[in-house]
Amino acid sequence: MTNKIIPTTEVDVQNLVKYFDVSAPWLSRVFSGQPKQILKAVDGISFKIQKGETFSLVGESGCGKSTIARLLVGLYEPTDGKIKIKGHDISNLDSPKALRTLRKNVQMIFQDPFASLNPRWHVKDIIAEPIRAHKTLSDNHAIDKRVNELLDLVSLTKVDGDKFPHEFSGGQRQRISIARALASKPEFIVCDEPTSALDVSVQAQILNLMVDLQKELGLTYLFISHNLAVVYHISDHVGVMYLGRLAEVRDSKSLFSNPLHPYTRLLLDTIPDLDMSGRDRMPVAGEVPNPIDPPKACRFHPRCPFANERCKTEMPLPTPVPGGYVECHGVQENRLPAYVPIVR
Amino acid sequence: MTEALLKVENLSIAFKSRHGELTAVDNISFEMAPGEILGVVGESGAGKSLTGSALTGLLEKPGFIKSGQILFENRRIDNLPYEQMRRLRGLKIGAIFQDPLTSLNPLYTVGFHLVETIMTHLPMNQAKAKDHAIRLLTEVGIPAPEKRFEQYPHQFSGGMRQRVVIALAICANPKLIIADEPTTALDVSVQAQILRLLKTMSKEHGAAIMLITHDMGVIAETADRVSVMYAGRIAEIGPVASVIKNPQHPYTQGLMAAIPIIGHQAERLAQIDGAMPRLNAIPTGCSFNPRCPKVFERCYHDRPDLMTAQDSLAACWLHDKTR
Amino acid sequence: MKRFFESDLFYSFRKSPVTILAFLVTILIIVTATFANIFAPHNPFDLASLDLMNGSMPPAWYPDGSKEFLLGTDNQGRDVLSAILYGTRISLLVGAASVLFSMVIGIFLGLLSGYLGGTVDNIIMRCAEVQLTFPAILVALLVDGIFRGILPRDAHDNLAIYVMVFSIGLSSWVQFARTVRSSTLVEKSKEYVQAARVIGRTPIFIMIRHILPNVMSPVLVIATINLGLAIITEATLSFLGVGLPPTEPSLGTLIRVGNEFLLSGEWWVSILPGVALAALVLSVNLLGDWLRDALNPKLR
Repeated sequence: MTNKIIPTTEVDVQNLVKYFDVSAPWLSRVFSGQPKQILKAVDGISFKIQKGETFSLVGESGCGKSTIARLLVGLYEPTDGKIKIKGHDISNLDSPKALRTLRKNVQMIFQDPFASLNPRWHVKDIIAEPIRAHKTLSDNHAIDKRVNELLDLVSLTKVDGDKFPHEFSGGQRQRISIARALASKPEFIVCDEPTSALDVSVQAQILNLMVDLQKELGLTYLFISHNLAVVYHISDHVGVMYLGRLAEVRDSKSLFSNPLHPYTRLLLDTIPDLDMSGRDRMPVAGEVPNPIDPPKACRFHPRCPFANERCKTEMPLPTPVPGGYVECHGVQENRLPAYVPIVR
Repeated sequence: MTEALLKVENLSIAFKSRHGELTAVDNISFEMAPGEILGVVGESGAGKSLTGSALTGLLEKPGFIKSGQILFENRRIDNLPYEQMRRLRGLKIGAIFQDPLTSLNPLYTVGFHLVETIMTHLPMNQAKAKDHAIRLLTEVGIPAPEKRFEQYPHQFSGGMRQRVVIALAICANPKLIIADEPTTALDVSVQAQILRLLKTMSKEHGAAIMLITHDMGVIAETADRVSVMYAGRIAEIGPVASVIKNPQHPYTQGLMAAIPIIGHQAERLAQIDGAMPRLNAIPTGCSFNPRCPKVFERCYHDRPDLMTAQDSLAACWLHDKTR
Repeated sequence: MKRFFESDLFYSFRKSPVTILAFLVTILIIVTATFANIFAPHNPFDLASLDLMNGSMPPAWYPDGSKEFLLGTDNQGRDVLSAILYGTRISLLVGAASVLFSMVIGIFLGLLSGYLGGTVDNIIMRCAEVQLTFPAILVALLVDGIFRGILPRDAHDNLAIYVMVFSIGLSSWVQFARTVRSSTLVEKSKEYVQAARVIGRTPIFIMIRHILPNVMSPVLVIATINLGLAIITEATLSFLGVGLPPTEPSLGTLIRVGNEFLLSGEWWVSILPGVALAALVLSVNLLGDWLRDALNPKLR
């Protein structure tokens, strides 16, 4: 979406792993003889995001996409693997240097505009919080001026700064959230389902605003969503996640015109047909399994119509394909049927 | 069209608050034919869920029906006493809600829920009710129904739970099912399965379904007709293909243009500026007038009623033939 | 101020006559007690002004009562009304101070426990459970006993009020800590707290500036209800004789002292302070109940 002269890597995620211990307390585990339970939320994921582009992660609930968002902004510390932002390693949150890189360069927009703003704070204080926290500006006059600029940037007015969050609609609150994220002038913004709590007409406003801001400020986005149509609209590159793994990472155009991984095809097939073409989509059997005990080898094999013996025993590795890579034995062995496009 | 199953006439629903009465649903009228699927779509706060609650008699205080009437099989049901309404609900009118987890009591098995509901509404003994329950579970596509019958709701996945709720709703073969956001809490791949199930149920049992949702995609897939609600009023109502492909009300037009569609390349989406007015600040005349790109003088003064606009009905002065 | 009068809280207050009455009674008691030196017709502690000739006078509505002593006098000639006003002042002071004390401890430990979780949470909550196994009166008796053992007799009388505040406060922090902890757990998972963490705010800042204002509603409710409880506890202790000394009488002390004259027919010396105590605690509790209902988001 931007004129890339020399593409520079803004975010580099290498073999990222995050496990959560979700076992019962030690004592009850001893009595009931249960083993420890480990939730493998993110289990070996690598991708790169170029400066100024939008990289989207798409998947169903429990696939680990929100965990990646929280790892990238430093809310969680990785179990293993590396996250580099502008070449600086930020995976160790005890290192002051990593924290400085994080706070300076990374911000986040949250899903729920009703929970992401402190209800007891004035809007202007909410927006000014990053400025005050980092002491980028010290005198109140300069802070006020900057807050007004930010309000203007997201099409709110100066008067709105003196109100409380509950006086605004969902879309306006999301604008406030965006203004706060921009206050510390970050280059990379993690957007965790920023429009999924909004109504369609408001969603369009927020998506347009995000695209405009990206162009104006040269921002890099990691966009997390379960809505493929929104992802199609906003992304340069897309990663499709399933149970802690990336099934397919491609540039947006290749992915949507010729999806390769069976799971990507499944997801594309679930999109309701708004063109009223009379297409009868095939509902897919089954649901996402419990991530505490995911299927061995290829995570998708129990639901995959093309699974064979190898898929049940051997974990697929990334196979390069046009526009990116796919983790699928079927693609590697070239035994999947050609994709019948639903996209014209 | 055959005799209407449900007639809603000039229904208004209001809330009592200390600032006076707030009208949340404002004078809406529509009909449903037996066996048809009517989609009701609108933003949050447009009054679509309230309409559904009024039909099932589950309107919660401080909300109340201010005026108008609801006729079900030519019988008024909006003023029925609680006990009669409870019998009707379940027997003739089924309800499916957004969150399947809260519709089921975690302390009872799925089988208990079903048998209990069946025996309340149908003259069956325990054994017969159990047979019927297992038949229902099979029908809604739950594998190994005999085993599942004994299990508790938490042992079911989200999609399976919603299937149980659907089985509960259809157990007495109701004529009308009110489904309020039945797929919103589910994953996209499961959504399609549930919608398809609803459609089959409607066809096989001849039940009419009122499908309340904010997702135009769900409507496009499932419904026969669609009613678009805005700020407590019906903006447009008509056959689903006409409304989606050839919307007549400027709000519907904006709404359709704002939905991103895969394959439609566009740098920016069309957007309707502003937001739906709050209940205490609905403008006079047409409630969409502050956001309407085609607004003219009359829209500020007179409220438009539904009028013929091609294949649909739209509440918009642009379609006023006497103009 | 305008915002307050337009708020839902003020609206629900206006709609509840019982609450208004309770509020007026509370305010009346608080104002007259706080400024007892102005409102009281006599100074019951000024030994020079006491006249034994005025001893054991019944309230003014009795034929041998006097307008000078509206609620009668005790055997020393001390005006009962004035004693009640001064006694209420002490009762209120001890009550409010001990609630404040337990509130500060409770909020602090509750925030820490809820926000940090893990071992800190475990330690604090286990302490709270141990604390809960001791009834408030027992804790107060225990603390009082310890101080009596440590401090010399005179010092004890002077420090009695602090001992009371400390022991009553210590016995009721658990309720605050538990409530704050559970509200903190709810608030902590909300995205505004995560946003503050992403911005890089310290845990202390997040606890105090972000979470604390959002958990204050239930704390205020408990504080109001506990104020009544604390006053009663203090009265009970003083009645049992382990509370405040007769030189600094609270309502409880007055009831105990008056109790001795109950059988000789001078009922007013102990019953009237009891009525004052009941009125105060009842209205404070009614206010607390109303506050709980008004702030309960489920009922709004």
